[in-house]
Amino acid sequence: MDTELVGQRVVLRTDRRPDDATLVDDFTPELVDVGAHHLCPGCGEPIAIRSAVECIAELGAVERTISVFGIGCYTAFSNNLDIEVLQALHGRAPSLATGVKRMRPDALVLTVQGDGDMVNEGLQEVLHAAARGENITCVLLNNGVFGETGGHITSTTVLGQRTKNTLDGRDAERDGYPILIGDLIASMGGTAYAARGAVNDAGNVARTRRMLAAAFATQERGEGFSFVEILTMCPTGWFIETQESPDYLADVIAGTHQIGVLKGGDVPKGDR
Amino acid sequence: MARRLMEGSEAIAEAMVAVDCRFFAGYPMTPFTEILERMAEFLPPVGGVCMNAESELEAIGMAWGAAATGARAATGSTGQGLALMQESISEMCTARIPLVVINMGRGQGDYFQATRGGGHGDYRTPVLAPSTVAEAVELVPLAFDLADRWRNPVLIYGDYYLGHTSQAVEVQSKDHASTGRAVADKPWALDGSTGGSGRAKLLSSLGEAKQRDGVGYDLAEHLERAGAATLEMGAGIEPFCDVGHCDDADLVVVAFGTIGRFVRWVVKELRSEGHRVGYVRPITLFPFPTEAVVEAAAGARSVAVYENNLGQMIDDVRLSVLGSCPVEFIGGLSMDSSGFGVGPEIDAPKIRARILAELERVEAR
Ligand SMILES: Cc1ncc(C[n+]2csc(CCOP(=O)(O)OP(=O)(O)O)c2C)c(N)n1
Ligand code: SF4
Ligand SMILES: [Mg+2]
Repeated sequence: MDTELVGQRVVLRTDRRPDDATLVDDFTPELVDVGAHHLCPGCGEPIAIRSAVECIAELGAVERTISVFGIGCYTAFSNNLDIEVLQALHGRAPSLATGVKRMRPDALVLTVQGDGDMVNEGLQEVLHAAARGENITCVLLNNGVFGETGGHITSTTVLGQRTKNTLDGRDAERDGYPILIGDLIASMGGTAYAARGAVNDAGNVARTRRMLAAAFATQERGEGFSFVEILTMCPTGWFIETQESPDYLADVIAGTHQIGVLKGGDVPKGDR
Repeated sequence: MARRLMEGSEAIAEAMVAVDCRFFAGYPMTPFTEILERMAEFLPPVGGVCMNAESELEAIGMAWGAAATGARAATGSTGQGLALMQESISEMCTARIPLVVINMGRGQGDYFQATRGGGHGDYRTPVLAPSTVAEAVELVPLAFDLADRWRNPVLIYGDYYLGHTSQAVEVQSKDHASTGRAVADKPWALDGSTGGSGRAKLLSSLGEAKQRDGVGYDLAEHLERAGAATLEMGAGIEPFCDVGHCDDADLVVVAFGTIGRFVRWVVKELRSEGHRVGYVRPITLFPFPTEAVVEAAAGARSVAVYENNLGQMIDDVRLSVLGSCPVEFIGGLSMDSSGFGVGPEIDAPKIRARILAELERVEAR
């Protein structure tokens, strides 16, 4: 059997290999070098990265953007973009981005990091950058797991979320509580803009793109630290069927990490 | 250029700014702190940036980012702080990014850390070990040149004495705009301008090839290339040292940095009294001046190594002479109560006594 019942939900066994990828389309978005990427089918990260680079193009900042990538599944895109990329160590992108921005104040500088990268390994880096009001944009791809290593628990894994080493779900008593990083960053003085979006449906993708645009605009105006957390699907790390993962994101992940503008910008109606 | 009485930290900072270092980040720790203080004072007036980083991890990260834009950048620390920076130092070697790291040690117990490093992978960092303020001022431009030439971090390894001793030195004026020379020679440096060209730059420890080339990251290929560059750097840098009185010496004493300065003075004194003793003071610790040590030891009956630690450089001395001559350790850790490496044994009469005792032992053999 490939599946088992955990609570109400049919989940995939952790020792099962993900379905072989079938190429649905070879569409290549603007500023992405090769459309056929190496991430799993149903992964939310490519949608988030595409949204970010499309916003950069719309802003007309392609020829002065420097991105700094962390280490996780999304690193597959650090050599697949037609914007300049500086590759950082796991967790260290915000300090590199700081050095870049200080020497090139006219560049649009962003980091692309995962929850394992930003909230586990490099938590102090992003908090210090926010506290300093560093005029950069940090983009977090939050899937609540170390996707790259095989779906292990991270500091953002929500209570009850199944990961490879919390198969029965994250338990507060045993595993502690998740860090709501977007809310934490929004609470800091140096943060000019903070928002949490998601890529589980077209509406949220559009909303996330507005958040990214607002964050970049914040940086362009020199107002200080800007932050966009994007909830992304990780069917492989969540051990669920690919087509189920957008709903899982909405039901399980976004129940704790609530979507909306958290600080600054023109908070649209309906957003917090 | 006029000579001015300057403390080591101030002179090193001024020398860095004079050769266009425009970014510095650090976290206070004795005896490195004063270099950070001076850089914070000197950089803003010339349009540079000095960051009070929140940790050594972030200090080197910031310097990494600044260096990636082509600017001459530096950071530094002391023992523990350098230990925290190891992952970045080694990764920057693989990513081929130049950086100067001012390593102000406590004593000389970080010789292995400086010359071998505690990072990951097949990497090496050139290490320059000045023994006086004047020499430090000469080595600073060389450190930046080597870093840029080989696209690799370079360490300057000093100590409490170097940072806190005042000496009359000549330093090039720092009060000039950056010549821009440093950035001009770096076609790999990032400024964002290649975005959208179809060939946007990538500066990565994982590789330079893009997926559009049908390759993507190929670590087998990249590590081989980075490894070849490391070997080429090791072979391409001419090691150098200060050698004195080694012709017809029975005993050759090898020492570096502050201790090397004491040893040189003591050996000169012993020579003037007719003792057959010489010294070698390695200035590049990596690459190690192997040939000079071999040559100095060729006619000697024994080699003695004096370090303010339990014996670390002695490994390099032994690897140099390869058993052709006995190599004895006559140094030892000499600490103060604060652990700054300023101990009672770092004293010319005491060092003289140890060298003399070793000389007598060798001559009695
Ligand atoms: C210092 C260090 N520790 C551990 C790793 C191994 N590692 C690589 S990616 C990763 C987790 C990435 O998680 P995340 O940032 O959430 O990205 P995702 O894979 O989920 O997209 C880990 C732990 C590493 N590369 N470096
Ligand atoms: S493991 Fe998860 S995050 Fe990684 S590529 Fe697969 S779906 Fe995406
Ligand atoms: Mg993750």
